[in-house]
Amino acid sequence: MWNLQGNVQAESHRNGSRVRKLLTSNEAVAEAVKIAKPDVISAYPITPQSPIVESLAKMIAKGELDASFVRVESEHSAMAVIHGAATAGARVFTATSSHGLAYMFEMCWWIAGSRLPAVMAVATRSIGAPWNIHGDHTDIVQLRDAGWIIGMAENAQEAFDMTLQAFCVSEEVNIPFAVGLDAFTMSHTAEVVEIWEPEIPPRRQAYKVLPSDNFAVNAVTMGKARMKARYDLAVDLENSAKVIEKTDKDFGNHGGLVENYRLDDADFAVVMMGGWCGDAKDAIDMLRQEGFKIGLLRIRFLRPFPKKAVKELGCEVLVVDKANSDLRGVLGIEVSSCGVEAKNVVAGIGGVDVGVEDLCRIFKDFMNGKLEMEWYL
Amino acid sequence: MILPGNTSCQGCPISLAMRCLDEIENPVLVIPAGCSTVVAGLHPNSAMKIPVIHVPFASTNAVACGVKEAYKRAGVKANVIAWIGDGAADIGFATLSASATRKDDIITVVVDNEAYMNTGTQASLSTFWKAKTSTSPAGKADERRDLALIMIAHKADYVATATVGYIEDLRRKFRKASQIEGFRFIQIHCPCPPGWRFPSEKTIEIARKAVMSGAWALFEFYDRKLRFSGIGKKFAEKDNRISLAEYLKAQGRFEHLRDEDILAIEKAIDEEWEILKRFSGE
Repeated sequence: MWNLQGNVQAESHRNGSRVRKLLTSNEAVAEAVKIAKPDVISAYPITPQSPIVESLAKMIAKGELDASFVRVESEHSAMAVIHGAATAGARVFTATSSHGLAYMFEMCWWIAGSRLPAVMAVATRSIGAPWNIHGDHTDIVQLRDAGWIIGMAENAQEAFDMTLQAFCVSEEVNIPFAVGLDAFTMSHTAEVVEIWEPEIPPRRQAYKVLPSDNFAVNAVTMGKARMKARYDLAVDLENSAKVIEKTDKDFGNHGGLVENYRLDDADFAVVMMGGWCGDAKDAIDMLRQEGFKIGLLRIRFLRPFPKKAVKELGCEVLVVDKANSDLRGVLGIEVSSCGVEAKNVVAGIGGVDVGVEDLCRIFKDFMNGKLEMEWYL
Repeated sequence: MILPGNTSCQGCPISLAMRCLDEIENPVLVIPAGCSTVVAGLHPNSAMKIPVIHVPFASTNAVACGVKEAYKRAGVKANVIAWIGDGAADIGFATLSASATRKDDIITVVVDNEAYMNTGTQASLSTFWKAKTSTSPAGKADERRDLALIMIAHKADYVATATVGYIEDLRRKFRKASQIEGFRFIQIHCPCPPGWRFPSEKTIEIARKAVMSGAWALFEFYDRKLRFSGIGKKFAEKDNRISLAEYLKAQGRFEHLRDEDILAIEKAIDEEWEILKRFSGE
């Protein structure tokens, strides 16, 4: 049994038991969205996200989900449609990847600045040029400054749980929520997922526009109004950490903003996020058997960034990144911004395969003080 | 619908068009970046007596579609109006086309002042042949795009052109649009005193000369048929028109035109009328 602030009269499952299903992360997200019962879904297809919205379109066609599905000509319009629907009080969902996220970027700022709850899945994929359809995190990290909550799932179960949590958190704090899942290694890879059907509280939001209310939203501002709105969003985004942590136990108990893996007695910590953390855990288990005291701090939320957990590491730190800004990785920059001196490796860009053996090698070099490369090419 | 003391320029055609919104029941305005943004009022004030959702430039029809979808599901009655300029019709053209193709149950109003006026009179796709703008200082060499004809090609439920020069005709078209379901599109000719460089008291006069010279055709398309409307019927016949030079010479943006330029424009206008007449069967 679980309870969200008394708003959810929870039944962990309709018939008291959880169902185990073999699902890709894309399918797991679609299952979660179906349970959350959105009013309006709008999306434009892009690899590797497309199966999410194809599944939802099918559910609607079969009558399993009662929602409006708006087919648009671009991602910019997909985000614009859910922006409009959310303004008028609807629960909304979209999904995208890579160039799609880049194309809708302007609207991502607007939906956040308008303080509208919304949920978007991002099957994280490389951004060109040159063309590449494979996984890394270069797309989703671009959202950092737009004022979104940004979660990064590790597996299909977490993609399912986090999507459900996203609706609850977003509608409580009036901030849009992006659920990141890695291209292909998660989006198209089937795993066993425990499905349960919690009742998500009815749609809540700070305001909505109705024909009877004569007011204007987002008119041109002068003076301090825009800065104040930006400040309020930053403060509320920071405070959303409490809501995320408070509701974590209701959505799979994944650890809140971070997951600590074998960190308690560690002399060495690796900081990573996303699907390859599963491989990192295997590598850590192998190195532990060899006597290395190493653990993983898995970043579950890029925003709000888990500054406290990073600052408390108190040991040698290595950040392994799947997105870069200049020569440095984006997560590396985030970690150093907390005053933690860390080594930083960029790897796996454009889907370059980084397996358990590769991670073992990188971690070992780091612990032996031999880590020289910044890019694992 | 719009309060006095708003921030529009003297002689602004957009504020004239906004006054006519009282013909439409339960309106909700969605307005992108443009002159209308400013006319509708600066935060924390609003010059409109109806709800306004301000949105980014290219997004208007998609936002309006989302608003309408949400209202439909909640059983809220409203006429959602995508109120755009010719600039937003340019940058949001794909969005507009998708909205028309889906038959979104909204009204799209284009207040067409034939350039990007809010950013300082840069040429748009609607800019009149050979007109001087700040990005076509020697006169625009490109074609003028016919938005209303393109909307007819989308098989829209209602398409009309109108003008602030004939307010009763404009009001009737707003009224008609609000009584039809489906995708409705009205393009309003909006002569802009500072942008076109004519005295601010002459907005109506210029707007009427545009119709009387054949430079702006008034028509409606519904039930799959195009009809010339109101006083516009008369000027479908070339013999009834005033000279094109009389319309053009009243505006600073055409001060550079030579006689052969005016003849070339007249030819382009005649060709457009030919197309319209073929559509109308008249």
